[in-house]
Amino acid sequence: MKSTLKLTTALVFGACLSSAAAAQTELTMWYHGAGNEVESNIINQIVSDFNASQSDWVVSLESFPQGAYNDSVVAAALAGNLPDILDVDGPVMPNWAWAGYMQPLPIDESVIENFLPGPKGYWDGELYSIGLWDAAVALVTRQSTLDALGLRTPTLEEPWNLQEFMAALDAAKASGEFDYPLDLGMAWTGEWYPYAFSPFLQSFGGDIVDRSTYQTAEGALNGDAAMAFGEWWQGLFANGYAPGTSQDPADRDGGFIDGKYAFSWNGNWAALGALNAHDDTLFLPAPDFGNGSTIGAASWQFGVSASSEHPEGAAAFIQFALQDQYLADFSNGIGLIPATASSAQMTENYADGGPMAVFFELTEAQALVRPVTPGYVVQAKVFEKALADIANGADVADTLDAAVDEINADIAANNGYGH
Amino acid sequence: MASKLTTSNRSGWLFAFPGFGLITLFIVVPFFFAFWLSLTNQRLISPNPTEFVGLSNYERLLSVGVIDIDPEQDENGNLLRDDNGDLVYPRVRTFTRNNPDFAGYEGMREWFRWNSGDTAKVVVATDVVFWKSLTNTLMFVLIVAPVQGGLALCLALLINQRLRGINIYRAIYFMPVVVSIVVVSLLWRFIYDGNDGLLNNILSALSFGMFEGRDWLGNPNTALGSIIGMSIWQAVGFHMVIWLAGLQTISPTLYEAASIEGANKWQTFRYVTWPGLRNTAILVLIVITMQAFALFAQIDVMTNGGPLDSTTTLVFQAVERGYGKQDISGGATISVVLFLMVLTISMIQRYLTREK
Amino acid sequence: MAAIDPSNQGLRLATRYAVLTLIAVIFIFPLVFMVMSSFKPDLQLLRDTGSFRAFLPVGDLSLNNYAAAFDRAPVATFVFNSVLVTGLTVLLSLFFCSLAAFSFVFLNWRGRNIALSIIIATLIVPFETIAIPLLLLVSKLPWIGWEGLEWGWLNSYRVQIIPWIADGLTIFLFVQYFKDLPRELIEASRVEGASWWQIYIKVVMPLSGPVLATAAILKFLVMYNQYLWPLIVVQEESYRPVMVGLQYFFQLNIAWGEVMAYLTLITVPVLAFYLVLQKAFIASIASTGVKG
Repeated sequence: MKSTLKLTTALVFGACLSSAAAAQTELTMWYHGAGNEVESNIINQIVSDFNASQSDWVVSLESFPQGAYNDSVVAAALAGNLPDILDVDGPVMPNWAWAGYMQPLPIDESVIENFLPGPKGYWDGELYSIGLWDAAVALVTRQSTLDALGLRTPTLEEPWNLQEFMAALDAAKASGEFDYPLDLGMAWTGEWYPYAFSPFLQSFGGDIVDRSTYQTAEGALNGDAAMAFGEWWQGLFANGYAPGTSQDPADRDGGFIDGKYAFSWNGNWAALGALNAHDDTLFLPAPDFGNGSTIGAASWQFGVSASSEHPEGAAAFIQFALQDQYLADFSNGIGLIPATASSAQMTENYADGGPMAVFFELTEAQALVRPVTPGYVVQAKVFEKALADIANGADVADTLDAAVDEINADIAANNGYGH
Repeated sequence: MASKLTTSNRSGWLFAFPGFGLITLFIVVPFFFAFWLSLTNQRLISPNPTEFVGLSNYERLLSVGVIDIDPEQDENGNLLRDDNGDLVYPRVRTFTRNNPDFAGYEGMREWFRWNSGDTAKVVVATDVVFWKSLTNTLMFVLIVAPVQGGLALCLALLINQRLRGINIYRAIYFMPVVVSIVVVSLLWRFIYDGNDGLLNNILSALSFGMFEGRDWLGNPNTALGSIIGMSIWQAVGFHMVIWLAGLQTISPTLYEAASIEGANKWQTFRYVTWPGLRNTAILVLIVITMQAFALFAQIDVMTNGGPLDSTTTLVFQAVERGYGKQDISGGATISVVLFLMVLTISMIQRYLTREK
Repeated sequence: MAAIDPSNQGLRLATRYAVLTLIAVIFIFPLVFMVMSSFKPDLQLLRDTGSFRAFLPVGDLSLNNYAAAFDRAPVATFVFNSVLVTGLTVLLSLFFCSLAAFSFVFLNWRGRNIALSIIIATLIVPFETIAIPLLLLVSKLPWIGWEGLEWGWLNSYRVQIIPWIADGLTIFLFVQYFKDLPRELIEASRVEGASWWQIYIKVVMPLSGPVLATAAILKFLVMYNQYLWPLIVVQEESYRPVMVGLQYFFQLNIAWGEVMAYLTLITVPVLAFYLVLQKAFIASIASTGVKG
């Protein structure tokens, strides 16, 4: 495929040697934004700005729908058909880097020194990917709800602790105003579970895998802290605080706005919808269950594929895309958290006093990246199933043991994943 | 049969070759490759070299054991009882985790148990999820194959009458088949919804409020049944069409003869229609069985195998492991086991329905 | 006799229609839900799902969802790709599979039984289990195109068509049908000196209207609903089919109205195909007068 492409390009070059375009090298790029018109417009704008700004490289973009993106990349990699510039979800990057799909990103560290930690993708001590934005999760509610239930407004400095959080849920339940006190988004299967819920586990003192070695999950995912988390998690569903795994996806999307839930654990991408529906929407920090408040970090990032013959060209494009203006464009367009403080000031929502500025503070203060290991892709799946099973009433200790066994077997089968 | 008139090696090969060749290249060869994968430790993506591991993937998938667990006693040898008066047993994990006395059971989990006297017989397996997916799949096949085939035949007979506008009905009955199963599964999630779903609302209205809504897909007792119901509804039109094609091959003269002899409706069906549908029946039975064993899309969209593995199936597990968990050799192993199992069943089917 | 009584006859007819209609309601409701929802704004759509309002054209109706769907994705391209791939595959499949089945049923040749057994065994192989090996295979296959010999079939129509032409189910369908055809007819033609090809074209095919229609419909459905295969072999938008296109609509906050509009749009070709074939199907029975 590649060689025929080059052959045809060479033929075309031969035919128009005199033209200025002949000096340009084509770089292909894949992006996950198909179907999102605003996002597509912004990325297309960056590409055309870059192509106009210099005469060495021409970037051509192919967009994929997000739900199909990872499968497409893996299939293309198996078939030896990757582009030069790849778009990669932060926690997946170590897997692709380890598998040899990506190469280190040759841009100078000084370019990204002001970036939030989440968007920087490091693996094995080297920078492989960099994001233009981050995403954050908050406990969404309304001021009127807090007032009606007589609850304190938690702050970054003083978030709710476990007792306060459960008391808030009890108050919401007792009021009889809501179908459920809390919407966790159980309808969103897949990466949402580890992204949104593993911070709870971390706040309890556990983790998906032991981050000191990345060689075992024993103790981290089935130790005392994890058991306590599991019992608490099961109680949320058994005691009717939150809808379980069979939650209607439509309720997830519209339930909070419709007043079915008092609190909703949701991402900044859904914040504008909530704000438009209710002026008094609040975004509260994650509760502190004992080991500090934590939320997930790292979203989509750019990197260079291993098969690219022009990493310097790919890096030139990525560095070009890191301008504050583009960071702000993405933020204004689709509500993402811009990766630098300076670009945040250029946005409508994240500038000081903006309606979503709280998310910038949240991600600065509470963000913790998901385990940085090639095994994360599998561990995320195992964690998702364990949480779903516990929510559905499975024995907590047995379920967490099984998850630990499966994660450890996978790590062993992959010779330790290169740590 | 083997008359000279029909013997022709050259023409026979020539006619069959394009179809047979394409199937060999695009199905048989990849399947043998999958079989080879199941004997290795191949990952979907990995920089590590592939190693031949023999049958160890099969061993891990299939190994089961039984542990006898005696109830807990106090120091005097009296059996302990909990608040309900039931015997108290030590947890299975005390045997299967880091217990050198039970090294052969290391890492196994409880699949199910029964009691023999006071002793609990606990069946443990290395891969409990696989065994659950196997039993779910068999359950699905055993219910769907006869029910769907039978309903489809009833519909075909109903629709095979001369009535004005019958074509409209025929088209309507086929409509669920026309819509992709992914789409249908999405729509049925709304219908089965536990809080405000259409099914709950209809049952509640029909029973004048007596019926209490239930969470059809969220309850391990009803989830598989709900998926079976929807699957039959979705695909019954497909088999109705096959039955219809079979019905068209029965000569009207046979029906005329039957009516002259004064046969009633049942007799006509029993002695004219049914014998004429022999080949069609084999076709329908085999096709339904194959499709039922391949159950995947509904699970993927509606339950992800849950709750508590009550709807997980073999193909769902093969895909989940092969792609989701990047364990392509583990996924291939399940595929091979499924293949061998269905092959055995279909050979039995063929033997039972053979032409005598 | 009671049956001759006209009022009784009318009652029986009415009962028949009532039964047929009741069953029809059970089968059609999700489609009605889909179509009705496609005209409603999201919030109303979701609120209606729990009641019979979901099946009624009530509330705030508009074509906005359709307009938005066309803005979001190149719907026409996807439908064109799917119809092209599906149409070609169905035609080629009918020809090659019926030809093979003809050979299996009417001709005697060495290896026939083994070959047929292998084909029927392939019915058991779920596609998901061979997708990756097949991907590796087609990414290395040669092709002779406008630019001479090239390697690899990715990003093309051929990769979506050729592996799907022959399948066990279609061949099996023809085999079971051909078994019911009168062998004397074929042997008589053979005695008269007709070649096998002439018998296939002039004797067997004209009798095969119902099975051709059935096989065409079933193949059409399989092909039109392809998802996993095009997802892994096609990276360029210009070759994407409708079911991959559906993913364009599943963003984090799903616009259900647009999803329903898109689903309605992509269901139209299938329905049209079925209705057209159903007519051909009926006509073929009438004209051949069925054999016995």
